[in-house]
Amino acid sequence: MAQDLHTKSLTQLAAGLERGDFSSVELTEALLGRIEAHKQTLNTFVTVTAEKALEAAGRADAARAAGDAGVLNGLPLVHKDIFCTRDVLTTCGSRMLENFVSPYDATVVERLASAGAVVLGKTNMDEFAMGSSNETSYFGPVRNPWNLDCSPGGSSGGSAATVAARLSPAATGTDTGGSIRQPAALTGTVGLKPTYGRVSRYGMIAFASSLDQAGVITRSSEDAALLLGVMAGFDERDSTCINHPVPDYVGALSGSLRGLRVGIVRQHFDEGLDESCAAAVRESLAVLESQGAILSEVDLPNLDLSVPTYYVVAPAECSSNLSRFDGVRFGHRAENPEDLNDLYCRSRGEGFGAEVKRRIMTGTYVLSAGYYDAYYLKAQQVRHLIADDFRKAFADVDVIAGPTAPTPAFKLGDKIDDPITMYLNDIYTIGANLAGLPAISTPCGFVDDLPVGLHLVGPHWGEETILRCAHNYEQLSSWHQACPEEFT
Amino acid sequence: MSLDRDQVQHIAVLARLRLDEDEFAETVEKLSRIVDFVDQLSQAATDDVVPMAHPLNQPQRLRADEVTESNDRDAFQENAPLVDRGLYLVPKVIE
Repeated sequence: MAQDLHTKSLTQLAAGLERGDFSSVELTEALLGRIEAHKQTLNTFVTVTAEKALEAAGRADAARAAGDAGVLNGLPLVHKDIFCTRDVLTTCGSRMLENFVSPYDATVVERLASAGAVVLGKTNMDEFAMGSSNETSYFGPVRNPWNLDCSPGGSSGGSAATVAARLSPAATGTDTGGSIRQPAALTGTVGLKPTYGRVSRYGMIAFASSLDQAGVITRSSEDAALLLGVMAGFDERDSTCINHPVPDYVGALSGSLRGLRVGIVRQHFDEGLDESCAAAVRESLAVLESQGAILSEVDLPNLDLSVPTYYVVAPAECSSNLSRFDGVRFGHRAENPEDLNDLYCRSRGEGFGAEVKRRIMTGTYVLSAGYYDAYYLKAQQVRHLIADDFRKAFADVDVIAGPTAPTPAFKLGDKIDDPITMYLNDIYTIGANLAGLPAISTPCGFVDDLPVGLHLVGPHWGEETILRCAHNYEQLSSWHQACPEEFT
Repeated sequence: MSLDRDQVQHIAVLARLRLDEDEFAETVEKLSRIVDFVDQLSQAATDDVVPMAHPLNQPQRLRADEVTESNDRDAFQENAPLVDRGLYLVPKVIE
């Protein structure tokens, strides 16, 4: 009975628990066993919270027996190690927070726990979410379950690889420039980044506050809808969280694609996109069309400037947000400081890795006297142009579809020495962050035995539309059900 | 190289980051490439374009200036590297 529990989606597991086919404790034990067997190979976990998970599963079983089961009662998931979890190590993939035990829960953590979810552990990630390959983690790179020599993408690479390897049916992630969607595409999972302000950022360690948004990595859009319904909603404790009604996301999945206007961005298929990936994406678009969607071309003329814009805005915000790490109140502290300034400089110099230092320094430079107008102000102006491009496009279409990433998963070590090549991984995803739009990546094929993702972007608060579109596509394809051979 | 070693050293001072001697060459090279890359922005025509202040074009929400948190100093200081009687300790600042 318990052998194949890891193959089931969150929605299937919910039904099984409800029917009493198995208990949450049995389910949790089965997955903890798999995690134990594979965690070293994949390096997806920073912390496994086995004891707490079994306690939570026991409570969930008792709650169900008492007729008091929440929406996610007894369902297992993992958190990206960027979410503060009370009394659990929360490292953000950094030496700086190697020993940080959070005194409180992030709102996302709290809401999922209140709905009955069981947390199996905290996943590995690029340091402070700065990276697209998981190689900047202080705890070493995560390996892609589809090919252990390849990167799972990043920064939520640990979450994506965990779901792809069937170690957990679902994971939380965060997305500042593509950090949920790109790893989802590279691991054959579904990754949803909601509208900016849809989900509370309270307790989610900040990288770039005007771009950061929490979301999920799952094996289906249905599961993503289920989790988003619990995570979304106003939170007094996050000043950027927006008070907007939370619809029934699962209910919104039903309904056809007839008449759905899907925009294809001409520039997406220009040079830079792997030809086989382009073919897979085009085939998936034909599937949408066969279901009654109306395809048309849209223009995002400033798309080329989205990556340089991002690499001014995000580092600027990161240099400010990461100034809190000073070696005084929490985090790494250098030994035997000569004076206060030496304490700051050495604690930060030792606690941060190379990429984080580069981003802090880029941000410091673009905000410094004499450069502010040329870089930061200019980038915020271009950001406005990019957001306007999307606004104009959404006057004519309901969804914008295209590739999630320019190539399938790349080899570990291939791009880490060239920051610009690494940054260009996010060329198709960054626009949604700059404009605050919701977006989802769902599996749409394979190239060289590696998964490829279809990217769907919606207008502000358009989660229902992109989820419905992705869900419809998943009903007509089986890519999202494919499982890497070693992890069946 | 769009940045030289002195400029990088100055940025590191502003950012309160100590770079080790063996980190400099790589940092100068990579930061220069990043700066060259974002320099593309200078070509964009942005006359009369208002800088974007918020992704949803909304004002930041304000709240009443009221105490809402309890005092959890002891719990928070469990993560502090060095404390004494509720105070965070740093090297002497005033001689």
